[in-house]
Amino acid sequence: MNKSLRGKYAIVGIGNTRYGKVPGTSAISHNVDAIAMAIQDSGIPKSEVDAVLTKAPSSDFQMLWSAKVSQSLGIVPRVTATLDQAGASNIGLIGYAIMCMEMGMCTTAVISYGDNPVTGKRAFYNRPRGEEAAYGFFGAPLAYAMAARRHMVEFGTTSEQLGHVAVNARHNASMNPNAQFQNPITLEEHQASRFVAEPFHLLDCCPVSDGGAAIVITSAERAQDLKQKPVYVLGLGQGHPAWDLQHRETMTTSGARVSGEMAFAMAGLGPTEMQFAQLYDCFTIVPLITLEDYGFCKKGEGGPFVSSGSIELGGAIPLNTSGGLLGETGMPGMQLVLEGVRQIRGQCGPRQVNDASVGIVSGQGGIMTTHATMIIGDRP
Amino acid sequence: MTPTELEPILPVVTEDNGHYWRSAREHALKLPFCVSCDAAFYPPQSRCPRCLGDGVEWRPVSGRAKVYTWVIVHQVYDRSFADRVPYVVATVELEEGPRLITNVVNCDPDAVRADMPVRIVYNDVTDEVALVQFEPDGSH
Repeated sequence: MNKSLRGKYAIVGIGNTRYGKVPGTSAISHNVDAIAMAIQDSGIPKSEVDAVLTKAPSSDFQMLWSAKVSQSLGIVPRVTATLDQAGASNIGLIGYAIMCMEMGMCTTAVISYGDNPVTGKRAFYNRPRGEEAAYGFFGAPLAYAMAARRHMVEFGTTSEQLGHVAVNARHNASMNPNAQFQNPITLEEHQASRFVAEPFHLLDCCPVSDGGAAIVITSAERAQDLKQKPVYVLGLGQGHPAWDLQHRETMTTSGARVSGEMAFAMAGLGPTEMQFAQLYDCFTIVPLITLEDYGFCKKGEGGPFVSSGSIELGGAIPLNTSGGLLGETGMPGMQLVLEGVRQIRGQCGPRQVNDASVGIVSGQGGIMTTHATMIIGDRP
Repeated sequence: MTPTELEPILPVVTEDNGHYWRSAREHALKLPFCVSCDAAFYPPQSRCPRCLGDGVEWRPVSGRAKVYTWVIVHQVYDRSFADRVPYVVATVELEEGPRLITNVVNCDPDAVRADMPVRIVYNDVTDEVALVQFEPDGSH
């Protein structure tokens, strides 16, 4: 990895809409609302924004999406693009923005995701998957449950251990006024929730949500005299298992292993130096595997690790302090980037990690098909 | 509810998988094998994904497999499965190597285990289409 890029760029603005069921707002408007708030948060004039980068809406994939968003923002960009790495796209786009700024193609980028799968089109989320639909294999919960079962077979992981991930997410969400779920849950409630696809209970699964979230990223130099304390990008990584889940050599190691190694190498840091982790948690098994692959615990020990209190606020590595996908919103990943930024800024109120100066954020998509990692900190 | 919603979901036959589904209909499943490296692969395609050789030969499979992982589906995602829940969707590993997404049938869902030996059983869902399912193989 090119360590010379460590700390050269900073996230200087964040913005997000209300999350959950938000009728009457289009996918475009969720993007524009979030970007407008992020620009305002940063204090950077709109005229300086010369790159518009988007993750495609999951529910209704459209050609030239970022161009449409640019029009609604009234921006004629030097660089615009939409990336298809599913839930890894948000962090993938941060890497793309840095590459373009490094090449001198642009100076300040907005990166956004916004969608309305609840009140708009949501067919995508339950759509039959290829030939497998004939066998009743539909949607993400079944496929992730296949991986969870395999983790149980190989390492003895239990449903109760997965439940600790959900309980932690909902506890943290209860301290986040913008979270979709305000009420915490108990382990007993997790175990008593109906089976969707065994071994998954309903409370192992994130909701589908409307909403938008965006960031502004620019050079460390430009970041010095803006409204917010700069949050520096210290490390980035990617790793993509890419193949359909059943054809991979393993279902219990994800792209997080390669991606995490890359990000830690660029940052010159390791897992023990991280003060929080905002890890993609569309289903409870995912952050458990990610914690293992990033080296917070050994492979196979994710179950005992998440049950030990280590992932709670005050524990060794507070996990998903805003509630994550399981508690804050089912949005595919940008909310985790925003929470990482808020933690470094010290804006998290009752869920603030004390003196948080460095942390890790993950994105992943498909069925652990893609993975991206970002390490952020309060100094370059 | 209209009658069409209760009709079975059928596999989409493409340029690549026609041989597969025709062999299933004949209750004699074949897989593509690479003539260069001898590996069986799935899904079917024009080149071997291992060595990228373009010589592909369709050969019969033994029908023997082992359960790699599985789920028991309780939620009705499609009305055609309403009277099937709870049902088992499994990843099985064929003796020839490739893994398939399939159902384990003729078995209590709670009795399915990893590495359980299973064998092919064809389910004629229409005159044209047979699904490739698996049942416990007591002959092992």
